Amino acid sequence: MSHHQLTESGQLKHFLTIEGLKRDLLTDIMDRAEQFSSISGRQVKKVPLLRGKTIMNLFFENSTRTRTTFELAAKRLSADVMNLNINTSATSKGESLLDTLHNLQAMHTDMFVVRHNQSGAAEFIAQHVAPHVSVINAGDGCHAHPTQAMLDMFTIRRHKGHFPDLRVAIVGDILHSRVARSQIQALSTLGVGEIRVIGPKTLLPADSQTLGVHVYHDMAAGLKDVDIIITLRLQFERMQGALIPSAQEYFANYGLTEDKLKFAKPDAIVMHPGPINRGVEIASAVADGPQSVILEQVTHGIAVRMAVMSMTLGSRSEQQEVNA
Amino acid sequence: MKLSIINGHLIDPSNQINAKQNLYIDQGRIVSIGRQPEGFTSDHSINASNLIICPGLIDLSARLRERGQHNTASIASETKAAIKGGITTLCIAPDHDPIIDSPATVDLIEGQVSKAGQAHVHTIGALTQGLQGELLSEMLALKQAGCLGLSNGPKTIKNTLILRRAMEYAATLDLTLFIKASDPWLQAQGCIHEGVVSSRLGLGGIPEAAETIAIARDLSLIEQTGVNAHFHSISSGKTINMIRDAQNRGLPITADVSPYHLHLTEHDIGNYDSQSHVIPPLRSTRDREQLQQAVKDGIITAISSHHRPLDNDAKLGPFAETEPGISGLESLLSLTLKLAQGEELPLQQAIACVTQNPAQVLGIDAGHLSLGAKADICIIDPKADSECQPENFISAGKNSPFDGWHFDYDVAYTLLNGQIAYQKG
Repeated sequence: MSHHQLTESGQLKHFLTIEGLKRDLLTDIMDRAEQFSSISGRQVKKVPLLRGKTIMNLFFENSTRTRTTFELAAKRLSADVMNLNINTSATSKGESLLDTLHNLQAMHTDMFVVRHNQSGAAEFIAQHVAPHVSVINAGDGCHAHPTQAMLDMFTIRRHKGHFPDLRVAIVGDILHSRVARSQIQALSTLGVGEIRVIGPKTLLPADSQTLGVHVYHDMAAGLKDVDIIITLRLQFERMQGALIPSAQEYFANYGLTEDKLKFAKPDAIVMHPGPINRGVEIASAVADGPQSVILEQVTHGIAVRMAVMSMTLGSRSEQQEVNA
Repeated sequence: MKLSIINGHLIDPSNQINAKQNLYIDQGRIVSIGRQPEGFTSDHSINASNLIICPGLIDLSARLRERGQHNTASIASETKAAIKGGITTLCIAPDHDPIIDSPATVDLIEGQVSKAGQAHVHTIGALTQGLQGELLSEMLALKQAGCLGLSNGPKTIKNTLILRRAMEYAATLDLTLFIKASDPWLQAQGCIHEGVVSSRLGLGGIPEAAETIAIARDLSLIEQTGVNAHFHSISSGKTINMIRDAQNRGLPITADVSPYHLHLTEHDIGNYDSQSHVIPPLRSTRDREQLQQAVKDGIITAISSHHRPLDNDAKLGPFAETEPGISGLESLLSLTLKLAQGEELPLQQAIACVTQNPAQVLGIDAGHLSLGAKADICIIDPKADSECQPENFISAGKNSPFDGWHFDYDVAYTLLNGQIAYQKG
């Protein structure tokens, strides 16, 4: 699936999902992100790679961090960037998604960065844009959030290096998490030793094992000897759907506390895609503690998004060197 | 008009005929099978050599025009499409626009049908007023107006007491209940089978239990009330065992399946292909195999199109926001007989699933080619070597996941009341 996100020569045209991408490509993204992350330390934090390109951040769903880091990434690549929050704009007037898209495309957009509450929305948009336009999925429903997964991989590589030696546990609401799906695919592709998911049955997808993970319902067993713990945000509306009884009970069972952290390896790192619900999925002491790399993840988001944007938009023009 | 169909291979499951036979038709009825009657001179003769002659198809459930769907489908367009698909009789589900819950609506539809002059159309009346699941419809009036059965369409009656009373009242009038079984709470906002594909794509799943729970509930009430019931569009393998057990206990129940559940699985959704968005959802490969087996075993006796013509716009969008449904009238025959290609399902049995058996479910005198019967006939080319091209459908709905499929069997002629209503160009 999703071979259409690659050009005929195998370069990224869109970035919609991790599924189907080869290990070399994921490594390329991380290598390129390494180069870009050095730019952030410079006096002038800009490169001219995407000068003259127009990028639209098309957010049908609220976001602060993701949209901001995409915007910063685009600006550091010297692109012109527009932010559109669509839920307050056109589609609420009965305009269809495609009408909105075609109108924005008529403004000579080169790239859409899309977030939408429906799974498959980014794929759908990519199928309907003009051939020269690239689409980056900034999160579609419960399906995929590939740049988040890549910034997580980048963070893991910086801290732990060799993926095959690692054991990773993802804790929480896997069922509704586009982040978890993309992380699992990226970890599998990069050859991680073992991927575990931990959560109550109500928050795990049907046939979870077919995603290539080991399923645990108990934190003590699930966190044993892991190198990486990824906690996921618990949406408050899950209580309404009778998926869990209360935030308190969830925290007692699956909240990452200092005590539970001790089940993992002593040098395990703690990650979270944000925004954090303190005292629900993670204790403040852990989120702010020495093993937490949560804020680093945010920083890495810029470099990784610069890498993905430059690879998709640059793939059909000249490949300029970052340090030129 | 006198018509002869000569040199064809006649398959008429009702009369156990599966042989080369000529047919002679006069005044819209079959006047002879085999020998030409004395003094019969045909005005027109169809040479059916290398072709199969069978009764015109009977489709248990089609939507021709729906409330809330702004499309161009009409009784005229869709019955014409049916004729092209070899279907000479079809039933309109009650979730029609307007809802079929009064004799006036039945009359209105009958007027439109006779004006269109295409296929024979029967109506299935609404079980409850406005399909709201609260008040019983005037079932006697609907029966007298011509409804062949009752159904609550796609809307499950949640209140079991009301369902029980609806069944009892229908049983009093000896009306068959047509049920599309789904537990509304388990179906919820789901749009795809809950399983490996829903997990991969992050789409809301509809578990198999949505069907099995609804069927279990309905079977208990059918047993208690003694109503004749027919289950539409079975999708899961587990349901088949429940139906078989109930049939073995002597319950008066029958069931149908759609061609798409017999040919496709959840995996055909691939990359969010909205053409494969249907309710009940396409299920696992194992479910598909069990459905095919259930047809062979005679647990499921009918194959119905569950036709739902949709505008292109209805299928354009993120998967969950698209409308479920397939335009199925023009591929019912080819897809049904495709099951007979592997010879696991005998051709005669496959034909019975779209002729004799649905006629029995409806209790109508159709679906056979006996002497004196109405000459509603489908003539099939078994080596048609055709390709499914939804853009060329006569139906207003071009929505089909079978685009590009190759069919051996296809309709060559359709005869309605002894007249050639369709001839393949």
